[in-house]
Amino acid sequence: MSTFWIATIGTSVIAFALKYSGHSVPERWLSHPKIQRINALIPIALLSALVAVQSFSEKSQLMIDQRLVGLSVAIIALFLKAPFPVVVLSAAVSSAAVYRWL
Amino acid sequence: MSKVASTTLRDSLSVSLTVGAYGVAFGAAAVANGFTVLQSCLLSLLTFSGASQFAVIGVLGAGGSALSGIATASLLGVRNALYGVIMAPHLKVSGLTRVVAAQITIDESTAVALGQESRGDDAMRKGFWYTGIGVFVFWNLFTLAGALGAQAMGDVRAFGLDSAVPAAFLGLVWPRLTGKFERILAVSCALFAIAMTPILPAGLPIIATAFIAIVIGLKR
Repeated sequence: MSTFWIATIGTSVIAFALKYSGHSVPERWLSHPKIQRINALIPIALLSALVAVQSFSEKSQLMIDQRLVGLSVAIIALFLKAPFPVVVLSAAVSSAAVYRWL
Repeated sequence: MSKVASTTLRDSLSVSLTVGAYGVAFGAAAVANGFTVLQSCLLSLLTFSGASQFAVIGVLGAGGSALSGIATASLLGVRNALYGVIMAPHLKVSGLTRVVAAQITIDESTAVALGQESRGDDAMRKGFWYTGIGVFVFWNLFTLAGALGAQAMGDVRAFGLDSAVPAAFLGLVWPRLTGKFERILAVSCALFAIAMTPILPAGLPIIATAFIAIVIGLKR
C-alpha cells in the first residue's frame, strides 16, 4: 500500500476515534485545565510550523521562491482583515504571477 | 417555522456555505501535493476536519512519512474530542446517531451550537445538526470540484497552489494569535521548524513543535 493510502486511511481512522471518544468518555478525563491549555497551544505550534515549512522548503532543502511573495500577500490580507477565501486566493494569484513572469 | 428555528437555520446555512467553499482549496491542494482525486475525497468524507486534512497533505507533500502525516493530523484532531465532551450532554444520543454526531463534531458545528446557548437546548441541538450536516455536504462537494480542477491544471505552481496551502494554514492559525504569548509561540515554532528542516527527516520538524506546546502548556 502506498504512503498516500496509509496516510489517508490512518488519518481518517484516528480522526473518527478522537471524535467518538469525546462523545463517550467521562467528561472529567478531558476537562482537566492542563489538557485544555495544551489543546489551545498545539494548533498554534503545528500550524505555524506548517506555514513555515510549506513556504520555505522543498523536500528537505530550504529555498526561497515565489511562495515568499504569496505568503507576504497573505499576511497583508490578514492584517487588512480579509476573509479566508480572499487570503488564500490573493496568495495564489500573486505567487502564480511571480512564477509565470519572473 | 418558529423564529428561533429560522434564526438557527440561517446561522447554520451561512456557516455551512462559506466554510464548505474552502473545500475547493483543500481538494486542489491535496491533488497538488500528490494525493489522487479519490484519496482527496476520502479524506474529506472520512477525516472531515479541515486543519487535520491540510496537515496530512502538507506533511506528505513536503516528503514526510505516512506516520508523520498521521501524527500531525491527529494532534490537530484532539480538539474535536474536546468538542464531543462539550456537546454530548446537550445531544444525548446513542447508537448510530452517536456515530453520525461524532463524525460531524467539528469547529463549526460546535461553534454554532454554542452560539445558540441563549436560545435553549433545542436550538443548540438544531444548530449542531444543521451546521454539521451542511458543512459536510458542501465541504465534500467542493473538495471534489477542487481536486478535479487541480488535476486539470497540470503545473500547479503556475496557478499559485503551492502558495495557497501555506496561506490556508496561516488563515487557520491567525485568529488564534490573540495575545503576545501566542504570537511569540507561533514565530518560535515557525523558526524552529525551518531550522530543523535540513537536519531532521521531513515531517518531524512539524511534530516536534507540538512537544514544545505540550511542555509550555504543562509548565505555564
